[in-house]
Amino acid sequence: MNKKYMYSLLAVIVLILLPYVGVEAVGLQVLFGIIIPYLAVLIFIIGFIYRVMDWASSPVPFRIPSTCGQQKSLPWIKQNKIDNPFTAGGVIIRMILEILFFRSLFRNTRFGLNEGPKISYVWEKWLWLAALAFHYSFLTVLIRHLRFFLEPVPVCLQLLEKVDGFFQVGLPGLYMSGAVLLAAVTFLFLRRIYLPQMRYISLAADFFPLFLIISIAITGILMRYFTKVDVVGIKELAMGLASFHPTIPDGIGVLFYVHLFLVSILFVYFPFSKLMHMGGIFLSPTRNLPNNTRAKMHINPWNYPVKVHTYDEYEDEFREKMKEVGLPLEKE
Amino acid sequence: MNDKNIIITGLIIFFVFLTFPFWYNMGKASPVPEPKLTDKAKAAKECVEPKEYMKAEHMQILDIWRDGVVREANRVYISETGKKFNMSLSTGDDSCMGCHSNKADFCDKCHDYASVTPYCWDCHIEPPKEKK
Amino acid sequence: MIDSKERASKLGYLPPKTDWMDTPTVYKEGMYCYAAKPSRLEYMDWPYPKDWSCVDEDWQLPENWKEIVLKGMKERLEKYRTFKIFMDICVRCGACADKCHFFIGTGDPKNMPVLRAELIRSVYRNDFTKAGKILGRIAGARELTIDVLKEWWYYLFQCTECRRCSVFCPYGIDTAEITIIGRELLNLLGLNIDWIAAPVAFCYRTGNHMGIQPHAFVDMLDFFTDEIENATGVRCEQTFNKKGADLLFICPSGDVFGDPGTYTCMGYMILMHYLREVHGLDITWSTYASEGGNFGLFTSHETMKRLNAKMYAEAKRLGVKWILGGECGHMWRVINQYMVTMNGPADFLEEPVNPITGTKFENAKATKMVHITEFLSDLIKHKKLNLDPSRNDRLKVTFHDSCNPARGMGILEEPRYVIKNVCNHFYDMPRNTIREQTFCCGCGSGLNAGEDMELRMTGGMPRGNAVKYVNEKHGVNTLTCMCAIDRAVLPALMEYWAPEVDVSGISELVANALIIPGEKEKTLNLRGEPIWPKDVDPDEWYKRPDFPGR
Repeated sequence: MNKKYMYSLLAVIVLILLPYVGVEAVGLQVLFGIIIPYLAVLIFIIGFIYRVMDWASSPVPFRIPSTCGQQKSLPWIKQNKIDNPFTAGGVIIRMILEILFFRSLFRNTRFGLNEGPKISYVWEKWLWLAALAFHYSFLTVLIRHLRFFLEPVPVCLQLLEKVDGFFQVGLPGLYMSGAVLLAAVTFLFLRRIYLPQMRYISLAADFFPLFLIISIAITGILMRYFTKVDVVGIKELAMGLASFHPTIPDGIGVLFYVHLFLVSILFVYFPFSKLMHMGGIFLSPTRNLPNNTRAKMHINPWNYPVKVHTYDEYEDEFREKMKEVGLPLEKE
Repeated sequence: MNDKNIIITGLIIFFVFLTFPFWYNMGKASPVPEPKLTDKAKAAKECVEPKEYMKAEHMQILDIWRDGVVREANRVYISETGKKFNMSLSTGDDSCMGCHSNKADFCDKCHDYASVTPYCWDCHIEPPKEKK
Repeated sequence: MIDSKERASKLGYLPPKTDWMDTPTVYKEGMYCYAAKPSRLEYMDWPYPKDWSCVDEDWQLPENWKEIVLKGMKERLEKYRTFKIFMDICVRCGACADKCHFFIGTGDPKNMPVLRAELIRSVYRNDFTKAGKILGRIAGARELTIDVLKEWWYYLFQCTECRRCSVFCPYGIDTAEITIIGRELLNLLGLNIDWIAAPVAFCYRTGNHMGIQPHAFVDMLDFFTDEIENATGVRCEQTFNKKGADLLFICPSGDVFGDPGTYTCMGYMILMHYLREVHGLDITWSTYASEGGNFGLFTSHETMKRLNAKMYAEAKRLGVKWILGGECGHMWRVINQYMVTMNGPADFLEEPVNPITGTKFENAKATKMVHITEFLSDLIKHKKLNLDPSRNDRLKVTFHDSCNPARGMGILEEPRYVIKNVCNHFYDMPRNTIREQTFCCGCGSGLNAGEDMELRMTGGMPRGNAVKYVNEKHGVNTLTCMCAIDRAVLPALMEYWAPEVDVSGISELVANALIIPGEKEKTLNLRGEPIWPKDVDPDEWYKRPDFPGR
């Protein structure tokens, strides 16, 4: 048994039991339905801002983009304006591609060592695909949930639901995003378990959010398709939260409180964890700066004078030898 | 650092989006809809199954009914308590809509509130407004 | 050393059974460089010089060594956003794992870029994050101990700062940056390797890594002048430290010092002579700023700046218009991404314009330093060089993109343009092994010593393999490159992984193809090899109708 994922699994199981016992046995609906969600959002917002501003407080002394294409040089040499941007515009396109389409991950290759020896590099698209599927389905799920927080529900949201439920499978209609999310996150989990190198580098902190998100997805799917919950009641609770008039309607199943609690935990955990890559990707200096230092001087705010070996010191040491070979001198 | 301004702007945009539900509702929660029963429904006292069950599972029942009627020509539903019902959404007095003839007040209210758009009416014709 | 085939067949990639934090670091002979001698540190005023060896049990560290490292980390977290972000946002997706030449060549999981960074990240979590302080090892945190420090030393000097991983990282995490800062921390305790510390100290004193003193520098180039005269019949006299020259030329001193870089150096000399004779352009060498490379980059940002300062100082003293830079890898990372920020603004120089063609080098108008292949491309495009590429017909050429110019600058087309104009047979290696995805020679960032040959041959495996591929497919016999470290180390690597393939610089090929005014009939190239292809009768070759100048 791998300790790292056992710790995380145990933690998530405890986190599931807490609201279950809390609501079912002790009747702490107010705690789990109102206080903790509010706290979680508060911690998320403050924590997120704190982390980003903490990064921002460290300067970027040097401009060190990873150049992934031809630089701008002579006018007749075709520059790769996206992978080696020279202007802010190029950087913006590079960042958009990076953030929305995971361009760097798209390049991923898998190396193989064959008889010979012959080395092969195969385009490895699965991680990229799963990552893309995971993030976009998660985003869709998140946006879809706004229907619980908005009244009236905006048209664009209804449109999204329509697209998401396009295949009209079963009733209540299956949302693709939910299924894709669960499939993608399961893939990401299995990768960590089955690929030996992935298993080796994974920490408990890598498994925990996976288990958490898997649990969130499963509880959500259970509520929607299987055990069923009082949707109107849940919206009443959600609207209460969103309008700062929190209420606890009767008859909301305990599964909902489990779901809500896990989401709250995700919000709280977010700013303290690797999940902050969401903010970090915007600030990564190897991607968000143009490669134009040679044309436009970049200022290092803490640049300080250093001790150098001056020409005069050099000539003083080697004057005789320089004279011998006829090198011009400052002082004869 | 001049990039701090950009970072702060980015953060603000992010949190404006994130807190969208809070300011969209302007601190007011619209009232929770309560489905209205027609007199006929009130008089009947019970639906094909108990109220709580219907609240959660009506879509599934309708789905099963549709398959039963269309594929197996089975128009009789036997409830948990052994009672027999006509399986029909909107045809005749002993259909769902025969009793719940107030679609706007009975169906749409909650569906709209929860942003659910059932595709019943893609095929079925909405019965005429209840006669008063 | 075991033979290359056997080495490859023995390679395995399964990680050990024990968790990486529980797997002790074993210093393997041939996989590390020797420790820095105290004299180097003393010359540079670096802290804690001592006579030590990295395999010693006792590293003679100051009593408060841990405090020094942690304080150094804190300071760097506050000074470098890169460091802070790279410590925080890695999700361990593993995309970088098999991108590292050292991982491919050794199978050692700690050579996966992600794990190399985790070596430092684990300490960062322990001492700088709440989660690490509370949860400890569950959060992936561990205390900084002497064993951890030794692990750092071993693996930070098994990274060539080539940045290949950063191309594939979805967040652009750059292991080179982490290694640079990690090495800076080690240097706070006087822990460096001699192969870096010695060149740095030499460069500081004599102006170049090799420690060539001014008179010797002149003597060496004089010797090359004779060699060139033997090969071409033309005497290409050079000028040194000449005030008022048009341009200052700076190249890596490795080219002055050792074969086959010396042929590249002769190439520069022939080119300069040609430009002076034909176009009246006056380019001078400097003995004071006689180093393009900068091993300070492999030590600390401060040292980098201390060494780099000479370039501008000398250009200012000599009153040149701008600086022309030779073929060197990390030199161009420093010039492109650090130089003007560190030692600029260079307002005493002119915005670089090619005096022969009038082309403005817009991309270099702040740093005022132009790469020789940018300069050559421009000259060739404007037909300012009289070239006969058939003089390189003996060669079937492929091009090794050096890591730093590729991923720290993006100079990919210029060298290819030059090569294609001076050679008739050019074949690129497979796409995943060139340009921004190029593989390191395995010896960059100061690891090109003799004692770590094992490391060099493992790290160079992917490059060697790709060369072998074009060697077998197209009969490639020349690996050309624009980096002095490459020229110094690739011959040994080729001998091991792709025998039959020689290593050359671009300027050497240019000089071989260049028709110099007053030259004698050319039969030999700079290396003294006949210029006609193998298996071809020279008489026939000279008589063929398309032979230029016929």
